[in-house]
Amino acid sequence: MRVVVVGAGIVGASCALAAARAGCEVVVLDRGQVGAGTTSRGEGNVLVSDKEPGPELDLALVSRTVWGRWAEELGADALEFEPKGGVVVATAAEALTPLGELVAGQEAAGVVAHAAGPDDLRGLEPHLAPDLPGGYHYPQDAQVQPVLAAATILAAAVRLGARHRPATEVVGARRSTDGALQAVLCADGSEVAADAVVNAAGTWGGQVGERLGAPVPVLPRKGYVLVTQPVPALVHHKVYSADYVANVAASTEGLETSCVVESTRGGTILIGASRERVGFDPAMEPSTVALLAAQAVRLFPVLERVQLMRVYRGFRPYCPDHLPVVGPDPRVPGVLHACGHEGAGVGLAPATGELVAAHLTGADPVATLGIDPRPFLPDRLLTGAGDATRTEDLT
Amino acid sequence: MTSFRLDGRPVPFVPGQTLGAALVAAGRTSWRTTRNEGRPRGIFCGIGVCFDCLLTVDGVPDQRACQVLATEDLEVGTQEGERRAP
Repeated sequence: MRVVVVGAGIVGASCALAAARAGCEVVVLDRGQVGAGTTSRGEGNVLVSDKEPGPELDLALVSRTVWGRWAEELGADALEFEPKGGVVVATAAEALTPLGELVAGQEAAGVVAHAAGPDDLRGLEPHLAPDLPGGYHYPQDAQVQPVLAAATILAAAVRLGARHRPATEVVGARRSTDGALQAVLCADGSEVAADAVVNAAGTWGGQVGERLGAPVPVLPRKGYVLVTQPVPALVHHKVYSADYVANVAASTEGLETSCVVESTRGGTILIGASRERVGFDPAMEPSTVALLAAQAVRLFPVLERVQLMRVYRGFRPYCPDHLPVVGPDPRVPGVLHACGHEGAGVGLAPATGELVAAHLTGADPVATLGIDPRPFLPDRLLTGAGDATRTEDLT
Repeated sequence: MTSFRLDGRPVPFVPGQTLGAALVAAGRTSWRTTRNEGRPRGIFCGIGVCFDCLLTVDGVPDQRACQVLATEDLEVGTQEGERRAP
């Protein structure tokens, strides 16, 4: 089977590797370079701790297992895979009860979490503010360098025969009179023969879907990440305040911030994460930076004396129900979607790739992966033939 | 001519010059080494973005030479690496 993957981000690369391993002839097209979109604008989160029980958490748990396997196969250093664990802290005593309720549900789904009192927190993270009332340690949480990981995964696919064409924008599809997909059309006038096309265009998945005749409602949510100067190891886990979980699941229009603090192998400390629905407006608001910095200092007072080096921001792709859209489009033969992972695309990428490969080959993902594919199918977002329901207006 | 001191030795400057500009004008191109391989670093971007030109100013490490205006009384020091404990 000839498969075109549109998008060379972490999700597209993962789809390419899984499809190549399943025996498909794969061509990866991207209008830019590897990981140049949302993949390069996040922190490389591989988190189970920030997800409420449900299909996304189930997918994240499978994906965490696949990340561990890929790290063994491709080399942990080639991904900067760091199974460092996460620490979620309550910033006020009254936040401990809802956090405990969340943890109970997560544990029932298969998440490992250990309650951490103030003394445990100090043992896990010596520089945490001493007045924090408690939290939980999640040993399964991990981190990768997302652009490096995308490049490594794509290179592994290429070693299996996949082809990668950067700087190649997809503009449409050619079909036979009976509607079967024949080729994907590129902006430079070339075409790539295909039996199936995977829309892994992330935040631009709505646009690419439309060009393929299969629009899906994928919308941008702007997020900032602050980068400090390199410092000695001050932060050992992914540390974030319990408010983050509430904000990830929230659907409000306005700016939400709840800081996530972690160090990188290069010595910098990354401070996320804001969420804001402002379309594709890239403007940087200094007050958002100040807010995130203040929240990080609340968790780690030592950061008050560390300089901020730069700020980057990007657009997290989300669907109206905050679940990714993964699977065949019911309206247009040969089109599969694999986008809309919001801020969790890095964590969910390997399982998404395996799920797409199962859809391509007709394998049963429940049997082979332990993933129920139904919650992620595009059908839930669509009404009528060849039309997507836009349940939200961003403008 | 006015001067500040780098590792105790005078470096001349004209008012309005940054430490980095004065050092380059004095023929100095590096004053920091990288933390992993000890390679020399000085001015790279010159506009405060790259954090390559770090030095110690009046005892405070990791200051950007391209952003600190030279004044007569500054005691400036070279650095090995960065990642000073805050």
